[in-house]
Amino acid sequence: MSRKTKQIIFFALLSQFLIYSLFVYKSIPINNVGTLSVNSQKGKLIFQKYNCIACHQLYGLGGYMGPDLTNVMNTKGKGKDYVRAFITSGTAKMPNFHIPQEEIELLVSYLEDVSKSGVSPTVDFDINKDGTVTINK
Amino acid sequence: MKNKFELLFTTLGLLSLIGGMFFGVIASLQFVYPGFLESIPFYKTRPLHVSLIVAWIFLSSIGGIYYYLPNYNNIKLHSRFLGILHFSIFLFTGILILICYFLGEFGGREYWEFPPILAIPIFVSWIIFGWNYFKTAFKTASNWPVYMWMWATGIFFFLFTFSEAYLWLLPQFKGNVIKELTLQWKAYGALVGSWNMLVYGTAIFLMEKIKKNSHIGRSKIAFLMYFLGLINLMFGWAHHIYNVPTAMWIRYLAYLVSMSELIILAKIIYNWKKSLTESVKDFNILPYKFLVASDIWILLNLILALLLSVPAINMYTHGTHITVAHAMGSTIGINTMILLASCLFLIDKITKIEYTSSEIKTIKYGYTFLNIFLLIFWVSLIIAGTIKGQDVINNQLSFQEIMTKINPILIVFSISGIGVFLSILAITIYPIKKSLIFLFNK
Ligand code: HEC
Ligand code: HEM
Repeated sequence: MSRKTKQIIFFALLSQFLIYSLFVYKSIPINNVGTLSVNSQKGKLIFQKYNCIACHQLYGLGGYMGPDLTNVMNTKGKGKDYVRAFITSGTAKMPNFHIPQEEIELLVSYLEDVSKSGVSPTVDFDINKDGTVTINK
Repeated sequence: MKNKFELLFTTLGLLSLIGGMFFGVIASLQFVYPGFLESIPFYKTRPLHVSLIVAWIFLSSIGGIYYYLPNYNNIKLHSRFLGILHFSIFLFTGILILICYFLGEFGGREYWEFPPILAIPIFVSWIIFGWNYFKTAFKTASNWPVYMWMWATGIFFFLFTFSEAYLWLLPQFKGNVIKELTLQWKAYGALVGSWNMLVYGTAIFLMEKIKKNSHIGRSKIAFLMYFLGLINLMFGWAHHIYNVPTAMWIRYLAYLVSMSELIILAKIIYNWKKSLTESVKDFNILPYKFLVASDIWILLNLILALLLSVPAINMYTHGTHITVAHAMGSTIGINTMILLASCLFLIDKITKIEYTSSEIKTIKYGYTFLNIFLLIFWVSLIIAGTIKGQDVINNQLSFQEIMTKINPILIVFSISGIGVFLSILAITIYPIKKSLIFLFNK
């Protein structure tokens, strides 16, 4: 392979990648799914400040000591008060961070917006022949 | 102290590896024994573990590149001063990050996380590295071997994806959780791809030098594999987010691209027999041993990665310990094996101090036990993940029920993790001793 050929392949791939990146940035969000209110954006920073992601996941991404929190606000039997209770008292594995009340409300607001954005883990789906899946709503 | 910053990078890398594993062991014990070492809770030990391990991968690969590039091309490094500056920034920022963790100041993001302001010195240090690399590399013959392409690609994409990982600070991105998550994984996927370029480049370089066959890095097949790897770095990240509601085309493209890795798999299996007979011959060369082990781990981890990329399987495995098996299986089995080979090679060349026969014995025992414990470690994570995946989807058990069920397996994971830690300690203790003697005596 000559140097020229390699350079051409490299720069062709690179330009494809840049165009692709722009498309990815542009194509999300779809129908504004996942939009965060001003309070939720603050709540997100609180979520980061206490490093909740070290033990929890959103959409399956994060540490694995605790459960996925994506739908903790809209699962039957859970919800705002349930979440507040966990945050204020902690458990054997989850520390009590002594988070001030107003920060807890911001966290609740953030988790509420996350819950509305989608479902994780996905348990109701059909498997197609090519290995892809169709998610049942 | 002799002016050998290449060796400083490597030695600090080995020390980070030991520190990182130490916190990994503590983190795993906290998994199974809640309340263990409460003064450094899991939300601190996990980032300490991951960040020190990432530091190991970067420090040792960068140290190698600084040394190999000029010394094996018979040219001078563009600027030793910039190299020393690079090391100083790395050390200084690294210490600040560790202090932040102990104080409870987090970036709160996955993997490589620290207060965002510290990204600035890291970015600057990579600009310096890139400048020094390209200024040196352009002095050599124009037709670069594949590993020089790979190192250049690794540096370039590090800068690109590292910047991309901070787009979340901009209002256009931080107002939407789906957009933010998607971009974070686009960036981190490629960030891992970029360090893999540095590491795989190092592996090919070492192979070439140990086998004294300069054809290895210039063959057509080597370049085809490089381009395939590059395509995966660019477009293959989306298997991390199959279940995040994004555009369908992003997922289909990623699925397609991931499957192109089947070609790599086929090549490895095709070459297997040939390389096996060749490897018997050189197996007593220490760094070579580690390269052979990395080959086997590439095969195992590639099979796992290919399976995880099939959406139907990903639905079950995503968000379970199988992801951890995938992450640690490849960072230990592949990256760490290759980088240990590189450290052993480089420390030998620079210090020229021989190991005693009992030291060599210790390293060889460490090597054997590392592979045995790593296999147990990896398989236990896969089993724990499989059980969780099934229980979440088919049986819809609660989190607590699942954790109780997999606890015994996580105990096996912890114990084998201690084995991995001790084995790597046995491998690295004498090389570290050698380089410290060299650094502080001469
Ligand atoms: C050291 C790990 C750790 C950290 C850090 C942590 N958690 Fe937890 N959390 C857990 C564990 C483990 C559970 C499950 C209960 C148990 O087993 O003790 C849990 C449970 C929860 C629950 C209940 C979830 C459910 O579905 O039942 C919520 C809500 C929660 N945590 C929120 C948070 C928030 C918000 C933060 C950050 C401020 C946080 N956690 C930080 C470990 C942690
Ligand atoms: C060279 C050695 C090692 C490397 C390169 C390494 C790498 C990593 C990486 C990349 C992660 C992030 C995984 C993810 O989130 O998916 C991780 C997590 C982790 N590692 Fe390691 N690791 C090493 C050794 C160890 C050892 C010896 C232990 C001890 C048992 C250990 C325990 C853990 C634990 C408990 C986690 C957190 C898992 C979770 O999020 O729940 N690691 N490691």
